[in-house]
Amino acid sequence: MSAVLVVARGVFKESVRDRIGYNLVFFAVLLMAASILLAQVTAGQDVKIIKDLGLAAASAIGMLLAVFVGISLVSKEVERRSIYSLLSKPITRPQFILGKYLGLTFTLVVNLAIMAVAYYAVLVYIDWQTPALTSQGWEAPAADPRLLKAFALIGVELMLVTALALFFSTFSSAFLAAGLTIAVYVIGHFNTDLKNLSSLGNSPVLIAIGKGLYYTLPNLTLLDVKADVVHAHTVSGQQMLAGILSAGLYIGLLLTASIIVFSRRDFK
Amino acid sequence: MDVIRTEGLTKHYTSGFWRPRPYAALQDLTLKVAQGEIFGFLGPNGAGKTTTLKLLMQLIYPTSGIAEILGKPVGDVSVRRRIGYLPENPYFYDNLSAEELLVYFACVFGYGPKDGRVRAARLLDEVGIGAERKFQLRKFSKGMVQRVGIAQALINEPEVIFLDEPMSGLDPIGRREVRELILKLRNQGRTVFFSSHVLSDAEALCSNVAVMAKGRLAVSGRLADLLANQTRAWELVVSGASQHVIDRIAPRLTSVTPLGGGRYSLELPATTPPEPLLNELVTTGARLVSLNPVRETLEEFFVQRVNATNADRFVESRVRDRSAS
Repeated sequence: MSAVLVVARGVFKESVRDRIGYNLVFFAVLLMAASILLAQVTAGQDVKIIKDLGLAAASAIGMLLAVFVGISLVSKEVERRSIYSLLSKPITRPQFILGKYLGLTFTLVVNLAIMAVAYYAVLVYIDWQTPALTSQGWEAPAADPRLLKAFALIGVELMLVTALALFFSTFSSAFLAAGLTIAVYVIGHFNTDLKNLSSLGNSPVLIAIGKGLYYTLPNLTLLDVKADVVHAHTVSGQQMLAGILSAGLYIGLLLTASIIVFSRRDFK
Repeated sequence: MDVIRTEGLTKHYTSGFWRPRPYAALQDLTLKVAQGEIFGFLGPNGAGKTTTLKLLMQLIYPTSGIAEILGKPVGDVSVRRRIGYLPENPYFYDNLSAEELLVYFACVFGYGPKDGRVRAARLLDEVGIGAERKFQLRKFSKGMVQRVGIAQALINEPEVIFLDEPMSGLDPIGRREVRELILKLRNQGRTVFFSSHVLSDAEALCSNVAVMAKGRLAVSGRLADLLANQTRAWELVVSGASQHVIDRIAPRLTSVTPLGGGRYSLELPATTPPEPLLNELVTTGARLVSLNPVRETLEEFFVQRVNATNADRFVESRVRDRSAS
């Protein structure tokens, strides 16, 4: 087994042991509680709210995991000095970074897949509980397969957030890396607004900063199709491909930068 | 054959945010360690021992100089297949068991999980924690983690083993066991390079030592040679000497200690040859019981050399400051 896969497997095992699976219990309880409560107060619209809530929760939980586990991948190893033993073995620093990234990505994908299964289970349950007359009025069936498109893009977004967290943690403390990653995540979701800052004022500095951030930071709105799939709007393959390709390019750049920074770093 | 070689190895850091100033953690270290020896790398805290080991493991990069292990630059990944390293105060993944950690490291070396488990079981037994191998590391005491650290350094049956303060955190029994383990490794033909500030360990184990102080090499060589040249006195034990004779020679001695039963322990300065005094005592009817050079212990030698190096550096820095001003 290559050193990259050994490190990746180690990350997965450590994450599972670190009880990150508790988030899945939280997700399942949230969905079930919401479906029971909403059924009492809404008139047949609860399925849309559950769809929306479930996707938002999966995205938020995944993002928090990607940030907080992602930053700990490197910074915790450096701060606790467990990295000394590992890097003295036949493993290069690029292999270490790639192994950590693959390990966490795999953990997050497994986590997201389990959430998707729980999500569909709740939707099937709601469908089964709802009278046929009511469900005929829905824009889309409860267990709409198109919802999987949103899950797929959430997965890509988590891969991007993980790469961001990993990059920041190669040169800063865990606390700072978390702050920077969350900041980029938030700005990334308002990316289009940055381009249009000129409509808000005439300051050339502000406009230049807005445009600079627009072109440098990832455009996460391309990966956000949650509202579209919930309201049964079409999400084309081209739209998905654009999101996946731009995220893939950004992930590649971030990993390359992480490897360059990490390879030059002294572990004092 | 030299298995470890450094030449002019130097590491500078900068300290200070507004006015960064260079700080020499290691200065111009030239060192050779031969195959199959136990090499003691000694020095007080902050002497540059851990910096040197980190440079050899390429955890930090040198400012200048060369470092080679087994004839190859330290950056060569193939070298790391043949070495083992125990960091100072090691820390490992809390959620893994000792066995899982060792299997993980074995897999990094390319061994399969099954082979890794066999190696882990043997090594954990050898360092005395075989019974606890399934426990998560978070439940281990400092001494137990140290033992796991030693075991992981040996997972690949290395030719050269680097141990940074290997006795740290161990109880007296643990220290003795580790000493025996180090001797066993040497007897198997492996080279052990260990840093320590516990001199009794070095005295008990090492054939060669290097003493570091303030980032510089103060002295290095065979331990026996270093201490042999450090005779600080001669001790004569005689019997049957009269009080009158003892009083007569007393001004030439540094101390006279009556041992009872007409025996005396006489101490001569190292600069005074003992033979004339011995002849004089014998002609008065005294008998020689023993004559021994009183050598410095490693501790005395260490303190003397470290203080001398520190004083040199102090003078150097004063001269530098004056010329700068």
